[in-house]
Amino acid sequence: MPINYYIFLSLALFCIGVAGVLTRRNAIIIFMCVELMLNAVNLLLVAFSKMHQHALAAGNPSAGIDGQIFVFFIMVVAAAEVSVGLAIIVMMYRNTHSIDVNFLNRLKH
Amino acid sequence: MIQLVWLVPVLPLAGFLINGLFRNSLSKGMTSVAGCGVLLASFILSLLIFGEVRHEGFQPVTVTLFDFISAGKLHIPFAFQVDQLSILFLLIITGVGFLIHLYSTAYMHEEEAPHFARYFAYLNLFVFSMLLLVLGANYVILFIGWEGVGLCSYLLIGYWFKNVDYTNAAKKAFIMNRIGDFGFLIAIFWMINQFGSVTFGEVFGQAHDAPVKVLTGITLLLFLGATGKSAQIPLYTWLPDAMAGPTPVSALIHAATMVTAGIYMIARSNVLYSLAPLTQHVVAIVGLATALLAATIALKQNDIKKVLAYSTVSQLGYMFLGLGVGAYTGAVFHVMTHAFFKALLFLGAGSVIHAMGGEQDMRKMGGLKKYVPTTHLTFLIGCIAIAGIPPFSGFFSKDEILAGAFAKSPIYYVVGVFTALLTAFYMFRLYATTFLGKFRGAHDLENDRGRSGIGGVDEGHARSALHESPSAMTIPLVVLALLAAVAGFLGVPEAFAKNSHWLGHFLEPIFAPAGSTPVEHAAEGGVSQEWMLMGISVAVALIGVIAAWTRFSRKPDLAEPTGFGKVLANKWYVDELYDAIIVRPLYAISKFLNNFIERFIDWIVNGVGRLVQYGGRQLRLLQSGQVGGYVLLMVVGILALFLVELFVKK
Repeated sequence: MPINYYIFLSLALFCIGVAGVLTRRNAIIIFMCVELMLNAVNLLLVAFSKMHQHALAAGNPSAGIDGQIFVFFIMVVAAAEVSVGLAIIVMMYRNTHSIDVNFLNRLKH
Repeated sequence: MIQLVWLVPVLPLAGFLINGLFRNSLSKGMTSVAGCGVLLASFILSLLIFGEVRHEGFQPVTVTLFDFISAGKLHIPFAFQVDQLSILFLLIITGVGFLIHLYSTAYMHEEEAPHFARYFAYLNLFVFSMLLLVLGANYVILFIGWEGVGLCSYLLIGYWFKNVDYTNAAKKAFIMNRIGDFGFLIAIFWMINQFGSVTFGEVFGQAHDAPVKVLTGITLLLFLGATGKSAQIPLYTWLPDAMAGPTPVSALIHAATMVTAGIYMIARSNVLYSLAPLTQHVVAIVGLATALLAATIALKQNDIKKVLAYSTVSQLGYMFLGLGVGAYTGAVFHVMTHAFFKALLFLGAGSVIHAMGGEQDMRKMGGLKKYVPTTHLTFLIGCIAIAGIPPFSGFFSKDEILAGAFAKSPIYYVVGVFTALLTAFYMFRLYATTFLGKFRGAHDLENDRGRSGIGGVDEGHARSALHESPSAMTIPLVVLALLAAVAGFLGVPEAFAKNSHWLGHFLEPIFAPAGSTPVEHAAEGGVSQEWMLMGISVAVALIGVIAAWTRFSRKPDLAEPTGFGKVLANKWYVDELYDAIIVRPLYAISKFLNNFIERFIDWIVNGVGRLVQYGGRQLRLLQSGQVGGYVLLMVVGILALFLVELFVKK
């Protein structure tokens, strides 16, 4: 399968993520959209990794493996981020009784 | 002993510190003792040093205290030079200074103790600066003293600082002096550039190799400094106004010592001046013009101190004439005799003012002869001395300058003799109006009394208040009168007897490098010519004296002057002229700068401030606190970078 399809899919996912972050006010949805953007990038990394493996396979069995390792790192970081992010959202709800980000427009309460 | 010369200026400095710092706790008696004592000690020390310098073949001694400025190749030590010229000035300053300090203890007795001590502190500081000026072994030390005496002059003219006129006079003196100091300072810089040194010996040693143009420039700039300090055209107008200070100050600073600083400086630089003939002509002409101008003004003044002030300006002009024609000894001689008789005249005038309870207008005096006999007699001696009647001191010194002028050009001589006639005339006008005739001031006396804070008179009839001054004032008068009478014998012309000109021989080592000493002039001109010149000056002086005596002894000059006399009474309108061509345009320019240029610059500066404020107010709107907005901007930024990467950057 040509690499183009992966790129376009990934681009579409990323744009959906951006649009979601920009337009929605619900903190959980925004959070999900951020995850979507991260995964769009992951998808792209995996796709390019596979592409390079095909191209360089001849004398180099580990070609293109970097991209896939990056994806694992990103997934680990994303998992940590989710735990922190959800905790923030819980605290936010406790303080404002809402998860609408527009209520958080001041640094002090 | 000579190594201890630094003590001579340090003692008055100590007096200044004592009187200045403890002025609130010292009694008047303590202040007087401290103020006069240090001067007496300095005088005795100077006498002892003089005893060593007096010997034949004395070589100048330089006493270096410490390195004052050391920058690259330039070294300026803080050093004192003891030689015949400086020791002579040392004696004049400490001697006359001591007498005037003594006089002041009585004259200023009406002041409150703190102000009394302030007065003596200033006076001591002045003497310190003046000694620094004459002792300095280079132009920079000289300049320090030069500035110091200017400062003290300012402080003492404005001593009664509550009177706005007096403080204005003080400011005028200071600013006029600054103009001259500017010339002096440039001359010092030029000297450093040309000779790489400011020490007298080194500068004079290299002077012969320097181009005449440079020397002319340096000497003219130095002369500008001298015109400021010594009140010559065009900067002389401050000196008559300086009479606002207490009378002993006028005697010490504005007659005997400070105003002769310019003469000292030029006499000290005689090597440079002799190499710049153009400057010598300028000095002689300016001196002569000042002597004549001031003498004409003095003819019509009615304030007793103003007459003496213009007479001082005129006599200083004589000294500059002497310097300009190369009669350096004559000029220094005249400095000395003038210090005696002019200090005497000022102190005598102070005694008269004291007796009159602060009145200075001669028209309200008259007939004081019988009320103040000692003052009268000493004042008469001073008048005779300044008029130039032998054998009093003024005759010898003035005659020596005139002889030098005659040797240079008969025109100088004629104008000089005419000025001498005027001098004799206005001095005896002053004398006759003040001491002869009838007393005129009885009913007017009380109104003006206390104007200058010398109101030593009890309430009551003014006539009964007229009294001779206390002995602290008359003793200095008598001593100065003696000096004014006999000092001339220090410089008896060669025509009378061979080797009788003691001062000329004493100062020969200083002025010999410059070539022409007046002693030689006399020899060139021949004895008969010398006698003739002397005869003319004596005759002219007598004419002046007799004319004034007959005219004013009975009927004093009370009428309002008209015609030419009015021009003279108004001082040739020079103050008005300066006001019109310098002061008022300056005010106009500053007003213009204030109203237009300043406003424009303010507009730019304020504009920048307002622009920043406005920009800040607008930019603040971006910080709305809406997370969505920030994210949107971030995305837009990323997109923009992306587009730049894609399309712009190849």
